Amino acid sequence: MFVIKCPYCGERDQTEFSCHGEAHIARPDNPAEVSDEEWGEYLFFRNNPKGIHFERWTHDHGCRRWFNVMRDTVSDKIIRTYRMGDQKPGVQDV
Amino acid sequence: MSNQNRTIFGGRIDRGQVINFVFNGKNYKGFHGDTLASALLANDVHLVGRSFKYHRARGILTAGSEEPNAIVQLGLGARTEPNMRATEIELYEGLEAASQNCWPSVNYDVGSLNNILSSIFPAGFYYKTFKWPPSLWLFYEHFIRKAAGLGYSPTAKNPDRYEQKFYYCDLTIVGGGISGLLSALAAGRSGCSVLLIDENPELGGYLLDYNFSINEKDGLKWIKNIVDELYSMDNVRILKRTTAMGYYDYNYLTALEKVTNHCDQLSKTTPRERYWRVRSKKIVLAQGAFERPLVFADNDRPGIMMASAGKKYLSRYGVLPGKSVVLFTNNDHAYQTAFEFNDKGAKISVIDTRENIDIRIQNKCEVLGIKLYSSFSIISTKGNKKVNQIEIQKVDRKQNELSGECITLDVDCILMSGGWNPAVQLFSQSRGKLKYDKVLNTFVPDKLIQDQIIIGCNNGCFDLSKNLNHSYQEGLNAAKDLNYEVADNINWKGEEEISFTESSVEPYMLGKKKVTKGSKHFIDFQNDVTAADIFLAQREGYISVEHTKRYTTTGMGTDQGKTSNVNALALMSHIHEKPVDEIGHTTFRPPFSPQTFGAIAGRSVDHLFDPERRTSIHKWHEENNAVFEDVGQWKRPYYFPKKNENIHDAVKRECLAVRNSLGMLDASTLGKIDLRGPDTAKFLNMIYTNAWSKLEIGSCRYGLMCNEHGMIFDDGVTTRLGDDHYHMTTTTGGAARVMSWLEEFLQTEWLDMEVFCTSVTEQWTVLSISGPNSRKFLQELTDIDLSKENFPFMKFREGKVCGIDSRVFRISFTGELSFEVNVPSRYGRFVWEQFMHHGKKYNITPYGTETMHVLRAEKGFIIVGQDTDGSVTPMDMNMDWIVSKKKQDFLGKRSFTRSDTLRSDRKKFVGLLVNDKKTVLPEGSHIVEKALKQPPMKMLGHVTSSYYSPILGHPIALAMIKNGMNLLGEKVEIPLMNGKVIEATISDTVFYDKEGNKNNE
Repeated sequence: MFVIKCPYCGERDQTEFSCHGEAHIARPDNPAEVSDEEWGEYLFFRNNPKGIHFERWTHDHGCRRWFNVMRDTVSDKIIRTYRMGDQKPGVQDV
Repeated sequence: MSNQNRTIFGGRIDRGQVINFVFNGKNYKGFHGDTLASALLANDVHLVGRSFKYHRARGILTAGSEEPNAIVQLGLGARTEPNMRATEIELYEGLEAASQNCWPSVNYDVGSLNNILSSIFPAGFYYKTFKWPPSLWLFYEHFIRKAAGLGYSPTAKNPDRYEQKFYYCDLTIVGGGISGLLSALAAGRSGCSVLLIDENPELGGYLLDYNFSINEKDGLKWIKNIVDELYSMDNVRILKRTTAMGYYDYNYLTALEKVTNHCDQLSKTTPRERYWRVRSKKIVLAQGAFERPLVFADNDRPGIMMASAGKKYLSRYGVLPGKSVVLFTNNDHAYQTAFEFNDKGAKISVIDTRENIDIRIQNKCEVLGIKLYSSFSIISTKGNKKVNQIEIQKVDRKQNELSGECITLDVDCILMSGGWNPAVQLFSQSRGKLKYDKVLNTFVPDKLIQDQIIIGCNNGCFDLSKNLNHSYQEGLNAAKDLNYEVADNINWKGEEEISFTESSVEPYMLGKKKVTKGSKHFIDFQNDVTAADIFLAQREGYISVEHTKRYTTTGMGTDQGKTSNVNALALMSHIHEKPVDEIGHTTFRPPFSPQTFGAIAGRSVDHLFDPERRTSIHKWHEENNAVFEDVGQWKRPYYFPKKNENIHDAVKRECLAVRNSLGMLDASTLGKIDLRGPDTAKFLNMIYTNAWSKLEIGSCRYGLMCNEHGMIFDDGVTTRLGDDHYHMTTTTGGAARVMSWLEEFLQTEWLDMEVFCTSVTEQWTVLSISGPNSRKFLQELTDIDLSKENFPFMKFREGKVCGIDSRVFRISFTGELSFEVNVPSRYGRFVWEQFMHHGKKYNITPYGTETMHVLRAEKGFIIVGQDTDGSVTPMDMNMDWIVSKKKQDFLGKRSFTRSDTLRSDRKKFVGLLVNDKKTVLPEGSHIVEKALKQPPMKMLGHVTSSYYSPILGHPIALAMIKNGMNLLGEKVEIPLMNGKVIEATISDTVFYDKEGNKNNE
């Protein structure tokens, strides 16, 4: 079970959080104009990488804020947590 | 005669404190400090149980948590616990225990017939035999479960209390042997916060039973000094009788502390067990090692035990388990046991599988008069309920065979030692990698994954001095890593009589003959897995270690193969003529030892298991005979039966009261969210399918929420209270989900929108009054002008109700003239009672959720989650009217034009009227075009809601039917579970007051 550093509250036990899948999936600016395929991509398709993964978490039993987590799915190490709207870290930042 | 096997003096028991206990109905005496196992041995009780499959007589094999055989049913009644290891149970006054898996008694067990018939019960017997026909499995299972199995669970409610403790520290040390103690000492002296966990009642580990010295001081005195120093440190916490059970990611460790299990009086204030959830910066594993059994013919008889266990019974408990003893070994270390037994008056001979034995040991044996059979092996044992004779034969190394004359020896105890296996269970759980050590013939830790340290025998090192220095040094290193000022290093020198390292362990394997006919070479004692079973599994193709494990059940007992796994792997390696590395090993999983559900549950039982939510009027409902229904965590009144009324009578009365005069519903459980901020209207436009920009202050509007797939996921009425201030209501069950949904988009998608959401569900008590008399009634209690002109439908007003500042919404879920009165929760019951009092002249009738459901169904109002199931769009529900065509975008909009949502044959929401005018269709019933004798039939859809309508005098139903809107007036059939077929006609969804005049009166 992880220890997750909430960007607002600090390190807390995983039981206080929940995960909401892949991060940095932007909602299309104008959905009416995107093709069925593009809309389907946004709705249904997610990456499942072996290695670095970016995902969204909420601190449910805490500040209730959403934030992003950069995690290595092989070692389960959380490399970084950062606020919504912050620049997505590059692998070189690690 | 009792305690006949007790030595005259010696041991760490308190001979002044006699303890009475009962085993299999007989009274015995032991001493304070005994375990059940040591006390039984002292009383010459060797037969303690019957084995799992063959019901063979079994005794005590070990003296610790690895015990596979001596597992007993402990305690009586509600406190009884199955499969408890006699080797771990501390004796207390009045203890009662019994053998398991035997009938009528452990001495005369009918099930032991299985042993005679064993040739027809090989590995995989059940899989092969009871496979056909499938329908008979339930019949077989009943008997199989009865025949095989261990103890039984209590049937009464657990009377004890269990606690959970969350704990954070720098360093957790698992194992209180000398390695663990020294690491704790080094880290403790350096100022780290240390948690030291040990499963035994006494710290010191296995060296408590052996002769050794440290820095030329007596070992036992030295241990005592260290333990005293540790107890004196405020930064060190010591947990005895505590087993580390699971080692998870991020150094998360769970441990079970047996707090009062060993006490005869259970305290009211102290829990029976405490479950520790420990998070530490570093974990030190110092769990030591388990001695490995030898595999030989009939190696499971009572009287056969591990050499180290024999040593422990003798040194720690003053119990001599036999008078005429053989030691069967493949290493030097076990000779210490032989010398000790000899010293305490037992007649002992040694059978060593090795050819070359250390000359010093040979000399000592000669001096002591111990007969040494070098390069010999036991080929058979005899004795039904206790071993009484063995045969031995010379090992012919060249032929890899046994040869020569068989020698018969009379014995009453066999001590065996096949070397030592580090207890790598927790290390392996922590994802640490193991490697096979060819010298030790076992798996030892290789690669560490987490921030952890592994020391001592646990690390595969059996050199005392090395372990002392390494352990202390690692304690200092940990402190240094954690930025503590490190204490001085110390040079340690330990001396043991004979250490395991000096001995060359020789792997002993069965000869080519493999197995002697008519005997069993046990690998896994608890699950009755023999060498022959492992051979069979390989022959039948279960070659992978995981397959062999499951096919033979090796290592799958409550002991999880602590004594058996390595031998099984070694045998597989022998059969396949491959190194053990290539065979691999199975995965170790938590828990390390069996643990109680009580401890895992802790206080989260009974009413704390799933908390109940109650409205401020709940007590009144209880006092007035309400029957409750669970809605999410809420308790809601289902209906309010009067004397002799059943649910149908009560609901009928309640429905008619609302339709004819006045009813009142506690609607407090509806989700309520307060929305504020300049962008709220813009936000609502995105969240709901309809338009919100033009909603005036003081007006209410119904809205549907869809997810991005275009599927309905909640609904409710939202009211504009002020310029930038809205009050949203949601379904009872969806409140938390909607709140999260709003937050998700505000926090992740539209970060620039200024909207603040606050849950106010529990702040407001909602009294929904409904019926033709509701205006007349409420006007008498409020200063708000309720007239039709000044307070029209879908409007909101603030004012006093019964003198309380209230919010009143004119909205209706029944189709009748209705007002939803919101009062601060602390006045909820007061206002409710005022209403009940003043409403008497209108026959005010409290009603529950069932009546609410009937009334709304009569009007065709949907319930999200009942009529919808997450796969329907607003259009499927014929609610096109609520989907804005003008709005550019809102959540779900784009999905309405996906090919799937545009399909013309989608199920549509329709009404259903049974032709017999009396059958209330079961909800969920399937609707077919024409019912046939058996499937397949052409399916049209299913019933979502179904009730008897008191005001109409006949049943009504709502349904989802393919292309339903084009089938109005068509006949369909509904086959019921009882074989009957009901005919029904498809209708529209509004059954009562189709014009919708009633709520506008």
